[in-house]
Parts: sequence; C-alpha cells; structure tokens
Amino acid sequence: MIIHAQQPIVEVHDLTVSYARKPVLWGVDFTLPSGCIAGIVGPNGAGKSTLLKTIMGLIPPSSGYIKLFDRPVDEVRSRVSYVPQRESVDWDFPVSVLDVVLMGRYGKVGLLRNTGARDQAIARDCLDKVGMAAFAKRQISQLSGGQQQRVFLARALAQESDIYFMDEPFAGVDAATEQAIIGLLREMASAGKTIIVVHHDLQSARTYFDWIILLNMRLVAAGPTDQAFTDETIQQAYGGRLNLLSQVGDVMEKRAFPSREN
Amino acid sequence: MIAFWIILTGALVAVTCGLLGCFLILRKMSMVGDAISHAVLPGIVIAFLLSGSRETLPMLLGAGATGLLATFLIEYFHRRAGLQTDAAIGVTFTFLFAVGIILISAFAGKVDIDQDCVLYGEIAYVPIDLWVTANGTIMGPRPVYILSVVLLVVSVFIKLGYKELKLTSFDPAFASALGISTALWHYLLMAAVSFTTVSSFESVGAILVIAFLIGPPATAYLLTHDLKHMLAITVVLAIFISFTGYWMAYWLNASIAGCMAVITGGCFVGVFSIRQLIKPKGSQAITNEVMA
Amino acid sequence: MHSLIDFFSFSDPNVRYVVVGNVLLSASAAMVGAFILLQKKALVGDAVSHAVLPGICAAFLFSGSKNTAFMLVGAFITGWLALVAIDYITAKSKIKKDAAIGLVLSVFFGVGMVMMTYIQQSGNAAQSGLDHFIFGKAATLIGSDLIIFSILAAVLLVVVGLFFKAFTLVAFDRPYAQALGYPVRKLDLLLTSLTVLAVVTGITAVGVVLMAAMLITPAAAARYWTDNIRRMVGIAVAFGMFAGLAGAYISYTAPSMPTGPWMVVVSSAIAFFSFFFAPRKGIVPKLYTQRRNQRIIAEENTLKIFYHLGERTGHFNGMRHFNELTGAREVDKPLLEATLKRLVAQKLLISQGDQWGLTDGGWRKATRVVRLHRLWELYLTSYMNIAADHVHDDAETIEHILTPELERELEAQLGYPDKDPHDTEIPKI
Repeated sequence: MIIHAQQPIVEVHDLTVSYARKPVLWGVDFTLPSGCIAGIVGPNGAGKSTLLKTIMGLIPPSSGYIKLFDRPVDEVRSRVSYVPQRESVDWDFPVSVLDVVLMGRYGKVGLLRNTGARDQAIARDCLDKVGMAAFAKRQISQLSGGQQQRVFLARALAQESDIYFMDEPFAGVDAATEQAIIGLLREMASAGKTIIVVHHDLQSARTYFDWIILLNMRLVAAGPTDQAFTDETIQQAYGGRLNLLSQVGDVMEKRAFPSREN
Repeated sequence: MIAFWIILTGALVAVTCGLLGCFLILRKMSMVGDAISHAVLPGIVIAFLLSGSRETLPMLLGAGATGLLATFLIEYFHRRAGLQTDAAIGVTFTFLFAVGIILISAFAGKVDIDQDCVLYGEIAYVPIDLWVTANGTIMGPRPVYILSVVLLVVSVFIKLGYKELKLTSFDPAFASALGISTALWHYLLMAAVSFTTVSSFESVGAILVIAFLIGPPATAYLLTHDLKHMLAITVVLAIFISFTGYWMAYWLNASIAGCMAVITGGCFVGVFSIRQLIKPKGSQAITNEVMA
Repeated sequence: MHSLIDFFSFSDPNVRYVVVGNVLLSASAAMVGAFILLQKKALVGDAVSHAVLPGICAAFLFSGSKNTAFMLVGAFITGWLALVAIDYITAKSKIKKDAAIGLVLSVFFGVGMVMMTYIQQSGNAAQSGLDHFIFGKAATLIGSDLIIFSILAAVLLVVVGLFFKAFTLVAFDRPYAQALGYPVRKLDLLLTSLTVLAVVTGITAVGVVLMAAMLITPAAAARYWTDNIRRMVGIAVAFGMFAGLAGAYISYTAPSMPTGPWMVVVSSAIAFFSFFFAPRKGIVPKLYTQRRNQRIIAEENTLKIFYHLGERTGHFNGMRHFNELTGAREVDKPLLEATLKRLVAQKLLISQGDQWGLTDGGWRKATRVVRLHRLWELYLTSYMNIAADHVHDDAETIEHILTPELERELEAQLGYPDKDPHDTEIPKI
C-alpha cells in the first residue's frame, strides 16, 4: 500500500542505507505532499531515525536519492529544519536556552559573522511560541525533558523553514508538552509548512498525523493515514522482521560485500 | 626580570592551551592533547639530527610533523582497522615516544637533547634564550615572541569561528543539517591544538601542556554555565596559575613546570570541593523551581 | 649469532634477572591489559602509570633509601588514589571521563616532578637513579627485586585466573552481570587494584611514561587475531612476553640501548603488523576481500551477458565476438578483457581467437546468477512492496551474494515460481 503524492515536496527514491555494509533500510520509495503532518512509524530498530538522518544528508545512502522541493538537500538547506533526538546532545554544555535557539539562526547568518538584534528578536519570539519565554537565560542542564524538547522545537522554528524533520519529539515528554507541541505543529501545517515526525506510539499516531509512513527495514505502507494505516499494514510492519532480509544483510556484512556494485 | 619573563611565558602557554582546551573537553577529546604532546619527541630529535642545532624553526617543523603523524595514525587505525579510539591513542603515542627515547640513546653523543626536558620543559632557561637583532639590540626572550604570535593566532581563530566551534561541539548533527562541516572544524581545532602544543612543549614540557589544556577549562566548567564566561575564567585561572606556580617553585626550589601543574590541580580540587559542599542545596532548589 | 647463544644460555646472572623480570612484568601487564582494553579503559592505564611517580618519591622521602618494596607500596597507593580520583570526579561532577583522566595524569605527575626536584636538591646521595623510574632501566634489576616481581606476577596470575569468568562477563555485558548478582562494583575495584599492581611491577623496567603501552598494546594486537576472550588473553600474554624478551636481547647486544622503549617499540610493531595483516580484521585482508568481491561481481556479470545473448538468440552454446558482448551491456572494455581471460582460465569460457563461448560449467553458473536475480526481484515486489520497475538495481547486487541455503529459502517462500515480475522466465538448472 504505497500512495504517492500529487505534487510532492519530499521525494525519497529507492533509498538503501547501510551501516558497515549491512543494509538497515531497503529500497524505500515514497513521496509527501506539502502542508501535511507526516508520521514515520515502525517498531524499534525499523530504521526510522536512519531514514530521517539520510534525508538530511547526515548519512550517505548506498543507493537511491532524495529530493526536497525537487532539488538535492544541499541546495535547499535554508528551507529545511531538523530536530535531532533529545538524547543526542550533552545537556551539561555551557549554553543558555536563548543560545540554543539562536543556533537556529546560524545558517542564515553565515560564516564568520555573529547573530544580530533581529536574530535575537526572532529567537525570543520562537521561545514565546513554545511557552518558554521565561526561561531564555536559563542554563540548559536545568531543564526538564519536556522543556528541553520545547527548546529544540523553538530552535527549529527560528530557522524559519518550510519543511521540518523531527526525530522523536514526543519521547520522554509530559502529556502537557506533547499536547502543546502537537497544537503548534497543526498551526504550522495550516500555515503551509510540511512536518515529518518520527513517532513510535501507534495509538496517538492515527490522530496526530494526516500522512503515514510505516517502516520496518523496508517500506510497508505510505499514504494518507486513513488508507495507509490499516490493521493489515500495521500487522505487516509489526509482525516481525523479514527473516530472509536480515540473513542477506548478515551475509553482506560478513563477506564485506558492497551494497551496490559501483 | 627573570621572574617576569618566566611568569609571562607560563601565562602565554596557559592561556593559549586553556582557550583551546575548553573546546577539547566539551568535545570529550582531552586525551588527544596528551597524545600530541608526547608524540612530538621523535620529531624534535630527528629535526636536531638533520639541522645539527637547536634552532627553533627546524624543531617546530619536526615536532609538528610527528604531532600530525600521531593524529593521522590515530584516525587511520580507528577508521580503517576498526581499533577503538582510546586504544588507538594509547598505542600510537607510546610508540612515537619510545622511538624518540631510542633515537636519543642511539645518538647520545650527537644529540644535545635530554629526554627529561620533553616532559618537564625548560621554562627556567627562557630568559636566557634571547632574541638579538642584527645590529645587536636585545629584544627579550625569543619564546615570548613566538608564544605571543601563537596566542594571537589562536585567539583570532576562536573569535572568528566561535559560533561554528560552539555549534559543532554541542550538536554536530544539527550543525551538519545547517550545512556546517563538522569535519572541517574538527580538523581546524586539531591543527590549532598541534600548533600550540608544538610551540609550547619546548618551554613548559609535555606534562604541563596537558595540565594547561585540561586543568583550567575543567575548573572553569564547574564554575559557570556560559561558554563565554568559561573562556574568560580559564584565562584568569591560567594567569593566576602561572604566577603562583612560579612563586611556589621559587620557595620550594623545585621544578617550575611541576609546581604550575600542582597549582592547576590545587585550583581544581578547591573549586571541586566547594561545589561538592554547596551543591546539594543548589540542585535541590533548581529541581523544585522546574517542578513548579 | 654469538651473542644470541650467549644470551640464551643465560650464563650471565644479570641477563637471567633482566630476562625473567621482563618476561614476568610484560606477561602480567598484558594479561590485565586485555580486560582494561575490553572495558574501554585503555587510557586509564596511562593515568595510573603516570600517577605512581609521587608515590615512589614519597616512599623515598619516607624511607630515605631506594628500597624496592617501599617504593612499590608507595607507587601502589598513589596509583590507586589516581583511579579513585578519576572515578570520583566523573561520578560527582559533570566533568567527563577523558578530562578527568588527563587532569589526574598531569597533576599527579606534576606532584611527582616537584617531589623529585625537591629530593634532588636535598643532597641525599642515595637519590641518584631515582629518575630511572620515569623512563625505566631494566639493567638495574637485581635478584631481590626479582623475588618481589615473581610474587606480584604470581598474585596477578592467580587472581585473574580465579575471576576470569566474572571479568569477562563484566567487560562484555555489564547490566547482565549486575542482574545475575555479580558484585560489579567490587569486581571493578579488584580490576583497578590489579591494574595498579601490574603497572607497579613494570615501572622499574619500562618507566612510568611508557608503562601504558605494555598494558594495552599487546592486548590491542591480540584483539585482531581472535574473537575468543581466552585466546585473546593468551595471545596478548605471548606478544607481551616476546616483546619483553626482545627488549632484553636488544639491550644485551647493544648496551647503550634502553630496554623499556625497545619493548614498547617491539610490541607496537607486533600491533601494527596485526592491524594491517591479521586475517579477516586487518586492513590488507579487508582490502583483498573487497578486490576479490569486485572480481567475482565482474566475472558473474560477464557470464550473465552470455546468458542474455543466449536468451535473445535462442541458443546458449554459440561463440560471441567481443563487440557483441560490449553491445549487450555497458562495460569497461579493459576490465571485460581481463575478466574474459580469467573465466577462460577457470574453464567457465572457451576462447577461439577473438570469440568466446560458455562451457557447461559456465552455463550453469550464468544460469544460477540470472535465476537469483529474478528470484530476488520477485521477492522485492511480493514481500517488500517495491514496484516492478524499481527492483532491477537491487537485484544486480543481491544476485552475487545469495548462498545456496538462502536460495532454497527464497524459492520456498515464493512458492517455487516460474516467472519474475517482468514476466520473464526464472531459469532452473
């Protein structure tokens, strides 16, 4: 069950991604329409974060390509935001909340120049949107999990992009924050932004997302939630790994075979 | 005057090392400084054998070459042979250091280098190593000039690349997503560390370079939550350590480099103990506030 | 040659002391080092070995003589303190491990330097030679030292032997060891003490700066030759002993040469050799495997061209011109020529002038590759929801990889099909 978007804003074509020659994603191929909130859903180890990182160009794919706005990601980085997993950074780092949000402006400011008053204003505005304005001067190690996630979200907002990729923004946050975040995402979507979220809770996925990408090492289903997110596709994605696929991956790793001929 | 020159030299090295050390410890890469400072030994011996003198330039080139060789080997063994990073560092620098000692023993008659000096440095001789111009004017100790230039270069590097250094240290994935090359900034920082280590060890020795790279930044890290303040505190601490270290050595009639390292440790222990004593209350208050 | 015989006759008691001492110390260091390496604590060993210097100096100040036993006790105490300090700093503050190691290493050594210079100023005549501990001097080993070393090495050997299983488990899977009720904290403490003991045993010969190498370098090398931890420890000990012997021999033949650094260089050489040439894990065998894989791919692709031409013309036995082959598939011409020659040598092709044809064996192999390609295409479309026009590239790779077992499983899962997704026949052999 793979339904393609009419005028895709995100296009993932035949993507295969390997770690140490062992493929973790096989031939993933889907498109997304603009202005949607899309959920990447699948069991642990399905390759959800890997997919996101590959789209952002952080991991080179073994084969296939990605296009955003019909162009390679390197040409449109200023229009794309990325929210890494909260645990991926050291929260003891000596910076304040405002400093972190200002990092979202670094791409716009360019090399060797510093952020200015306008960037400060934008950053404060974004903090206000996530309900963290009062914490601007706070050191980041003093934040709760939910607050850390809000800061990351504010940093992404400060980039003023058109597409937002978010890696597990609801992991380890309180219910109030989760509701606040999803409210904000809906607002952004209705303003024409496209939002792609890695998520692992099946219950809430149905209500949060209007487009679903079901993943388990391969693409199981992609399309509007009501069509792609059915009991049958969920069963396919969560009904265990494809044994043969894992075995072939193991052979490739053991024999150090390239995942593509060239 | 002798005291002034020695303290100034110590302070210049301490400030330069400290500024770079802030980024090293935040990137969890402190031990690379350890590796580079040991690995320079064979380089200076070979430079001495080739040039036949203790001229600064050949020494710096030789030391720089083996310092870079060390970083390259560590990276190479880690990437290509899959050796874990800590083992790659440990194997590489001990090997290069051992080669250095063997070279010194083998050419004992020809090499006027003491293996001890690489560890301890010869900061006490700095005031003697004068820069005399062609017409005979004495300009003061040569290392002071060299180290001032190094400090200037490092300060400009950090000033210009502050934003990028901060972001690539804090969140490399986000930096890459913005299109900032994490690899480029990694190698720029490594080059700056090699350059600093190499120009510093002759004066203060490998051990004190490590102490200066890690000690003041680690102490400052305990005192502040702001990177700019951390850099500033590091600079103040560095100057303080150089000053008190010298006088401690003077009173005890002991190794200057050793005393500076002891003071570095003393500062850390002092700050660490104070933080331990007052922290329980402080962190409690913060948690309550966050919960409220 | 003469010196070699002299050396191994051990007629000189000094040689005997040095050799036995070196072998004991490097064997025990390598043994403990294996566990340190597996626990990713390689640089902790470096910190410990630097940190014993103030202990040695303190023992000298305390006793006023270079009594080996006193010095070892002093070294043990400060080495142990350094490890405790590293653990304490990382546990009680936001300082990370690497910074804690570097800080402890340099500050402890700095304290040692101050004490050393202080002793040198004091004018105590016994102090000369104290600095041998920094770079080591195996030649100064004497009989009574040897007894102490032998006891220490024996203790290390017995304790590691007793706790082998526990150390292995903790190094491999800490939480699991905890869940099984192993006293993980106490085992850590024990390994810590053993590390310090091994360092202390070695410093007289190797010196504090290079002692870290005797701990980790043999272990790092051994890691490349086996995945079995028992064998790894055994190999590490063997490498360490060889390095110890070699060091002693080199400084015997060339008395100006320092033993410790040569031991380090020899064990580094073994390590570098292992990184490059150890079967399977070494850099060169890995490159060789890659090249061999590339050759297999080229050969199988060439055979496939013959099969496709056979399918097109209806007969598989015909002889094909070079141009016919290059016309059927985009190939690098020099590569194709080289591959054709290899296939002829393997008796998969026969050649007549500038024409080539499949042998029976060649036909079987070509058929199998095409068959695997088409089976995989079918698998991708039916199990992985990949459209039929997207499966070719993936199958181009997998066709070279599938083992006969995987082939059978694939066939069974697909229900022994006849046609691929493009409705072409899946050939059978």
